[in-house]
Amino acid sequence: MTSALTATRPMVLDSVLPQWARADFAVSDAADSAIDTPERRRAAWMAAAQAGDRQAYERVLADSVPLIRAAARRQGVDVDLQDDVVQETLLTVHRVRHTYDPGRSYDAWLSAIAARRAIDALRSQGRRGHRELHDERAYDMHPDEHDATAATEREQEAHRLHEAIASLPPGQREAVEQLGLKERSLAEASEHTGRQTGALKVNLHRAMKALRARFHGEP
Amino acid sequence: MSEPRLPESLIQSLGVQLTPVRRLPPPWLRTVSWLLAVGVIALGLLWHYGAEHMIRRWVAEPDIAVAGIGAFITAVSAAWVAFTLGVPGRSAQWMWLPLPGLLLWVGASGLGCLRGVVMPGEQVATVHQSGDCLMFIISISIPLSALLVWLLRRACPLRPVLAAIMIGLASAAASAALLEICHGFAVAVTDLITHAIAVGIVVLANALMGGRLLQPALK
Repeated sequence: MTSALTATRPMVLDSVLPQWARADFAVSDAADSAIDTPERRRAAWMAAAQAGDRQAYERVLADSVPLIRAAARRQGVDVDLQDDVVQETLLTVHRVRHTYDPGRSYDAWLSAIAARRAIDALRSQGRRGHRELHDERAYDMHPDEHDATAATEREQEAHRLHEAIASLPPGQREAVEQLGLKERSLAEASEHTGRQTGALKVNLHRAMKALRARFHGEP
Repeated sequence: MSEPRLPESLIQSLGVQLTPVRRLPPPWLRTVSWLLAVGVIALGLLWHYGAEHMIRRWVAEPDIAVAGIGAFITAVSAAWVAFTLGVPGRSAQWMWLPLPGLLLWVGASGLGCLRGVVMPGEQVATVHQSGDCLMFIISISIPLSALLVWLLRRACPLRPVLAAIMIGLASAAASAALLEICHGFAVAVTDLITHAIAVGIVVLANALMGGRLLQPALK
């Protein structure tokens, strides 16, 4: 596999690192065709991504989506929930991409992460279902919507939500305020904050996850 | 079949945020790093107590030496398994690797208990002295466990509780092996039970706390 890879610019850090720590190769288009199996191709892309090759990274992530869905299906995740598993797995892959060892199977590494995320999604769904049962009972017994108590509760909920948003890390809070509360488009929010649209999207996703965890106790 | 709702925007966002990463060192290398710390403690104990007493005991009671070797093998293999479980895709079956060392350690220690029957005049530990052993194992295990958790800070254990149990076993076994340097008594039933309690406390404490400490990559 190594012969099919082409060296990119040398990195200062890598010059002092041993072989296992180096991530100093990228995969060219010509080399892609020389790698015989999809799994080896994905492994080479991920190795290149560890060195900072964005094109290889986006390729391997896109190629990983069907594998993540397959892992989610094997765990018994419904089609409706598979998008969540895909999203969570891709974010986890991004965070722990340094743990991938190019000498080992990329598919096994990815599938293990996806299976864990699928189990997390199933647990989360189970907890949500349990709560929804209580919500239905509450709905049956719900007083008139113009009731003063209901209005107070709504105010309290809004207050709690504002508090929760205020407690988010600055980047995530900014994303919620710009994209959620002020309903700005990504381009407008990017122009206003000086942040890249990608960073805003990821911050928003993480903020929503944190808020869900706070209000629903989801991990 | 076309992929439904491919999360292209998330992939692009993650691509924008891509930076080169330093790969996780292989498990054997991190195990060696941890063993260096164990070696430093051993040198300190040898400097303080000297090797003469230990060697005299080992010659007189070879089962103590065998138990010490068993504890050391358990420590090395459990530490390696903890690091291996920190890499997604590695089989959980590796958890059985410390078993042979553990059997040797427990078996040789149990054999030593017969000494009290065969050689009634031998000096064995009192309950109070066994308490010192318990304190020694627990107090040495704390920094060794903390070091293992620190060495696993960049890892991604998908089974954090199992990894934490391995951390506890490695630390307790290493502490028991180090105890052989300054252990002044023949192994008696009370001593063996005390060692087992100390190991149990260390493993349980790690399982309860370490599982949470090892989760940051999955949040």
